[in-house]
Formats: sequence, structure tokens, C-alpha cells
Amino acid sequence: MKLRLWLPPLLVVLALLGLWQLAASNGFLADSLGLEEFLVPSPSGIAEVLWQDRDLILENAGTTLVEIVAGFCLALVIGLTVAVLFRSSDLVRRAGYPLVVASQTIPVIVIAPVLVVWFGYGIWPKLLIISLICFFPIVVNTLDGLRRTDPEAVRMMRSLDASRFGIFRRVEVPTALPGVFTGARIAAAVAVIGAVFGEWAGADSGLGFLILQDNAQLETARMFASVFVLSVIAIALYALIGLLERVVVRWR
Amino acid sequence: MTATVSARDLTHSYGSLKTLAEIDFEVSPGEIFGIVGPSGCGKSTLLELVGGLGSPTAGRLSVAGQSGNAGRLAGCAWMPQRDCLLPWYSALDNAGLALVNQGRSRREARLAAAERFAHFGLQGFESARPEELSGGMRQRVAFIRTLVSGKPVLLLDEPLAALDAITRADLQEWLAPALAGSGATVLLVSHDVEEALYLADRVAVLSPRPGRIVATVEGARGETGPRDQVVSSTSFNQRRQELLALLAARGENK
Ligand SMILES: Nc1ncnc2c1ncn2[C@@H]1O[C@H](COP(=O)(O)OP(=O)(O)OP(=O)(O)O)[C@@H](O)[C@H]1O
Ligand SMILES: [Mg+2]
Repeated sequence: MKLRLWLPPLLVVLALLGLWQLAASNGFLADSLGLEEFLVPSPSGIAEVLWQDRDLILENAGTTLVEIVAGFCLALVIGLTVAVLFRSSDLVRRAGYPLVVASQTIPVIVIAPVLVVWFGYGIWPKLLIISLICFFPIVVNTLDGLRRTDPEAVRMMRSLDASRFGIFRRVEVPTALPGVFTGARIAAAVAVIGAVFGEWAGADSGLGFLILQDNAQLETARMFASVFVLSVIAIALYALIGLLERVVVRWR
Repeated sequence: MTATVSARDLTHSYGSLKTLAEIDFEVSPGEIFGIVGPSGCGKSTLLELVGGLGSPTAGRLSVAGQSGNAGRLAGCAWMPQRDCLLPWYSALDNAGLALVNQGRSRREARLAAAERFAHFGLQGFESARPEELSGGMRQRVAFIRTLVSGKPVLLLDEPLAALDAITRADLQEWLAPALAGSGATVLLVSHDVEEALYLADRVAVLSPRPGRIVATVEGARGETGPRDQVVSSTSFNQRRQELLALLAARGENK
């Protein structure tokens, strides 16, 4: 039914994959890069490895998925709280906003090993790194959504005996929801990057860990397979949030 | 009878912009007080001040004896110039907002609003979303929302604005008995002289900004008979001409 919508991007992807397959399988890519052929896998080769090593990849994907979902949820809780606090007081917002922006200037690659030193090889450093980069788009977009509140509607509610919390619940929150979802979608996309960095700093499982190992052992095809699975995770989360938005924000 | 709404030497400005000057009026319980004036003369500002949504710069203003903002807020229900229906609620939930705000259950609020729906020709549209309603229907929902609050003073800011002439005339005909039945005291802002005269007991004419009351004219409320007949009577026409002359003399910008 939505074939018209899906067909063009599908064709582009298929065409690119076809080109890649051709260039890789007749050795053209490896030759022109001056590399051994096993270093430049073809799409079919990657698919083969994906299938062969499915247990290993799935197990590690599970670890990463748990990290991403937990980190994302933590970021959601912190991000929404900060946005509501900023909305409730101008003073708090002016005092806090620079800090929120500054948090994004911390190079994740630098902070990740420090967190591993502090919190060990477990899930905590990954969770903190993921939520560090996820919470920013959530705060900014939620705050932006809250600012769209119609002041006239607020006055109407005040005149009709609404409490401060009643106005928050019935006017501000629904106004902000589309912004919350926008922030959440961006966060879902970047969460995957956070997970990989977190695992690179120190881990004993996860797709980032697997990629690092395969990189050392020149298992190029499996690296690509892991990257592919990471993309699938990000796209699935993104789509899931979009779906949730369509269910919740029905008035748009 | 003691006045429900009373303004004494009321003045207001937004920073250096003077919006209202030396406003004096009293509205008795159950009275409908019309307010007309050129665009931008401060009519909406006046209503918001009465409703406790802003503070006068100088002068006294009281609603049911209360002169503080909170007291005036408690006594009035304000219907803004735009209908301000919340798009995430159904028509019925919008209409019942005041009761929910007052702590009653959603069921009770919907029940109370539903009674009025049938009365105002909105039956069948209870679960419609605001964007599915016509302009006239939205205005009626916003009006019910104000009425259902049960407040003693209703502040209606151009309740029939943004409607075409025929719909306006129709809605005026159901607005009149609805207001009478509520027993509420009403301040009604309009830029339509005929509408104000038809619905109100008295109509105050404001000058261009800063708004002052230049005259108060007797309205046609309480005159019996269908609207067409009332508005085409000689005495109604005289008052209409009088009001239009007052507006024209004071504001070339109207
Ligand atoms: N929040 C505000 N801050 C500053 N100026 C304002 C504000 N609200 C209104 N004004 C100005 O105050 C004046 C009076 O506005 P008001 O809305 O009360 O007029 P009005 O008589 O209701 O006009 P209209 O017929 O267009 O509804 C206008 O010049 C307007 O631009
Ligand atoms: Mg106005």
C-alpha cells in the first residue's frame, strides 16, 4: 500500500549493495585499495558471516541492547526532570542551561576510560555515557516544546479555576509532547554511538567489544555484520518511538 | 442592589502604552453589560483586568466585593477572544474543563457538559476533536465551557467574532436565552454594535486608546419578539445610529 513511499529508497539501497557486491567479488575493490581480498568483504560475504556467527552476534547484541535501553531510559528520566525544572523557574534555567550545554562538550572518548576506572567493566560506565549524550536532545526539545505553551490558554485555565499543576498536566505537557518525542528519537539514534564508545573503553561483551576484537583479528566481515546489527537496533528504536508518538499524539 | 462588578477611576498601561483611562462603571447582579469600541482601544485588556488576570495600574476594581486579583479570579469565568479549545481533548472534555479543574471527576464534568450540548445543538459532536468542528460549533463549546464553570460573572470577549453574518445572527438568538437562563452577570465585548445592543441591558462605548467610557446606551435585552423584529424597530435603529455616531466621532481609525 505504501509501495510508492518505500520503493525509491529500497531501490537506491539495493543498487548500492549490487554495485558493492560486484566491485568486491571480482577483486576490483581490494585491488584498487591495494589490500588483501579478505579485508574487503562483499555484502554476501557479510550476510554469510552474520548467519554463521549468529549466536555470537546475537548474544553480544543483547548486551548492547540492554545498555542502550537502560541508558536511554535514564536519560529520559533525567532529561524530562531537568526540562521541567528549567521551565518552572527562570533562575534555575539561566543557572543550569550553560551546564547542560557544557556537558556536551565533554569528549566522550576521554571521559569513557575514566568512567571505566571509576565504575569497572560492568554496565554502569556504558549507562552513564549513553545517558550523557542522550539527555541533551531530550532536554532541549522538551524545553522547546514546553515553551510553545499558549499563554492565552493558560489564562483561560486560570480563570476556570485550574491549579498550577492542573495547567501543567492539561496544557503544558500535551503541548510539549511532540517535542519530547523529537528529542527521544534523536536520542535513540545517538544512543548506539554511546554504547560503542562505552564498550571500547572497557567491556567483556557487547557489539562494540566484538567490533574491537574483530578489528584486532582482521575479521573484517564480522565487523561489518556487527555494524549492520547496530544500525538495525538504532533504526528499530527510532521507528518504535515514532510509532508510539503516533499513538499518543493523536491530535496532530 | 449592590453592584457585582464595579470599577472606579480605573487606569491601566502596558509599560508606557496607556490602554485604559479613568474607567468608571457598575454592573448589577444578573445584568448584561456590553462594551464596544474601536479596535485596539483596550476592551480585551479591560475584561482581563476584571477577571483577575492582570492588575490595574491605578484605581479600584472589585468583583462581588473582592478587589484582589485572586478574589476577582475566583468570581469570574473568562471566555477569550480566540476560543482556546485544547486540541488534545474532545469537545465534551473541553466543555467540562472548569469542573475537572474544580476537583470533580471527569465523568461528572462530562455529564454536566453533555446536558448543555443537546441544548446548544451540539449533540452527536461530543467526542469530536476541536479541529473537526466548524467555527460556530467551536464558539459554542467555548461558551459552554465558560457557562459550566458556574461562576457568578461571565466575561465574554467577542464570543461571536470570526463568524459570518448569518451564523452570528443565529448564534445571537441562542446566546440571549442561554445568558438569561444562567442568571449570571455578564460583561460582553463586541465590535459589532448591533450585537451588543441586541444582547445587552446597557452598552458602554469606549474611545480609542487609551479607552475611556464616552457614553452608555440602553440595550434591547428584555424586548420580546424574534431578533429580526427587535433589531428593525425604530427605537433600536435610533440607538444603533447613536452608537455608530459616537464611535465615528471618537475614532477615525474604526
Ligand atoms: N501583553 C501586552 N503587552 C503590551 N501591549 C499589549 C498587550 N496586550 C495588548 N496590548 C496592546 O494594548 C492595546 C489594547 O489591546 P486590547 O487587546 O485590549 O484591545 P482590544 O480593544 O481588545 O482590541 P481588538 O478590538 O483588536 O480586540 C493594544 O494597542 C495592544 O497592542
Ligand atoms: Mg480584543
